Amino acid sequence: MTTLAAPQPTREAETSSRPARRPRGGRAGGQQHGGRVAYAVLVVAALFSAFPFYWTIVAATRSNAELAASPPALLPGGNLMHNFRQVLEQADIGKALLNSLVVSGSVTVGTVLCSTLAGFAFAKLRFRGRNALLALTIGTMMIPPQLGVIPLFMLIARLHWVNQLQAVILPGLVSAFGVFFMRQYLLQALPDELIEAARVDGASTARIFWSIVVPIARPGMAVLGILTFMASWNDFFWPIIALTSQEPTVQVALRQLGGGYVHDQSVIMAGTLLGTLPVLVVFGLLGRQIVGGIMQGAVKG
Amino acid sequence: MTLTATAPPRTTRPPAPLRRFLARLSPYAYITPFFALFAAFGLFPLLYTAYVSLYRVELQTPGQMEWRGLDNYTSLFGDEYFWTALRNTFTIGVVSTVPQLLMALGLAHLLHYKLRGRTFFRVTMLLPYATSVAAATLVFAQLFGRDFGLINYLLGLAGIDPVDWQSGTVASQIAVSTIVTWRWTGYNALIYLAGMQSIPADLYEAAELDGASRWRQFLHVTLPGLRPTVLFTIVVSTIGATQLFGEPLLFEGSVSGGISHQYQTLGLYMYEQGWGFFHLGRAAATAWVMFLLIVLLVLGNTFVARRRGGKETER
Repeated sequence: MTTLAAPQPTREAETSSRPARRPRGGRAGGQQHGGRVAYAVLVVAALFSAFPFYWTIVAATRSNAELAASPPALLPGGNLMHNFRQVLEQADIGKALLNSLVVSGSVTVGTVLCSTLAGFAFAKLRFRGRNALLALTIGTMMIPPQLGVIPLFMLIARLHWVNQLQAVILPGLVSAFGVFFMRQYLLQALPDELIEAARVDGASTARIFWSIVVPIARPGMAVLGILTFMASWNDFFWPIIALTSQEPTVQVALRQLGGGYVHDQSVIMAGTLLGTLPVLVVFGLLGRQIVGGIMQGAVKG
Repeated sequence: MTLTATAPPRTTRPPAPLRRFLARLSPYAYITPFFALFAAFGLFPLLYTAYVSLYRVELQTPGQMEWRGLDNYTSLFGDEYFWTALRNTFTIGVVSTVPQLLMALGLAHLLHYKLRGRTFFRVTMLLPYATSVAAATLVFAQLFGRDFGLINYLLGLAGIDPVDWQSGTVASQIAVSTIVTWRWTGYNALIYLAGMQSIPADLYEAAELDGASRWRQFLHVTLPGLRPTVLFTIVVSTIGATQLFGEPLLFEGSVSGGISHQYQTLGLYMYEQGWGFFHLGRAAATAWVMFLLIVLLVLGNTFVARRRGGKETER
């Protein structure tokens, strides 16, 4: 578990998991202990963060009439299974979940692989045009892919890929951020001497990659993998263009639910709950690593 | 997939010059998978957008292109709703970004204290980031419901008349901005926190020796040290705000962003042109306008930040 976190955040996460035993004032490492006000504000902020999730559960377990009542229901009810059945009938959430799993899984594996390969080359191999290509990659990192959807759609249409999952998977593999992330990770984590030593022993670059680079890169690959999976699962703009309700991902199905065909708020919320649950599970298991990954990316980015 | 192809054959060793040649070539094998995909699905669409924007292309027949010159742009600038969308993008952008980043800064400052259960706080703050635009918007659309929404109910308890969060221009824009703020505040707080942790501790110690209060330390040590991080978040938020799309689309589920386009953003306007009116050429023109807008805004941000940074060091 802890190996998943990137090096820097791990240390801190470990110390923080032990309760602070001495709650007295004073500073250590430039940090003061939080006062009552700090806790109060943070608790309120945490409640605001979490409330919409709670509300989704409340609304998904009620009937529409109960939601329209005044005062509104504030505790979960017993209508969950009925709402689930409704949403499975009205929007094909089951197929959507499966499709999303296929898409996000493939995008994650492919992105991590491509990014590790390219990140390794940019970090440790010398070749002509390296700096120019790296600059191109970083330069386009900031340009929203949303601006390219029209030609992308024309391309997909010409390939007859509209409404097929590869239309979402292949463009999803392009991650300039991933390449940059893995490059930064390997620059720091992979000592040049290790590669030199392997070369002296006569290992080819391919062998070096599989036997030395990948094992060392694994923690970074894991963080990139989690971030990529979540981003892919939640991707909205391109999937609603490339896919329809016949072959939906979860987000496409949610769009359909919100598109006015379903009037039952409790059913819409049940669908939202089903579509969000998988990421919430991932987040619940790996939340600390995700926090670490984002903070690490921030310092370097 | 390409991996096996890149591995130099190990069983039969080729002659030395060929081996050297292959060795020189091998780095390219590692970047090829990424750049092949990048060229086809990343770079090409971006550049080709400019080309498409000069043609008449219809959604049903994307293979047929008819040269139109700058017509798409002229009709864009002649469309009242384009200007509405531009204005909305700006106001929603400001209303969603400014309070968001200020709150994030405050939360990061609090998270930087030594805290019990700080992992819990960090993970909870990041929860909204894990939800999709679609899910978040559907939930908030319900909370903001005019007749049965929880927010109007709570306002009612406080003696405030129900607000029509859908059709009022200001109200609907506040509602849409709230969704954006909810999703991104925690994320930005963690980014700021990471920045704060990289500020050397002895700076604070020196400030404390000089008798600086917590507030003065925040102003004169934390904020200057955070400048690059702040610039980064402003740039990222600006880009995000310029292409805002999912929230206004799903708030009521219509591509026009409300009956009188009261919260239609440029991103949604582009989608409406292409997938509502089947006019891909004009959608591409909108995309290019958005691209230029982003470039201008990012350059503007950087310029302002540089100048203010310069002043700071002069003092």
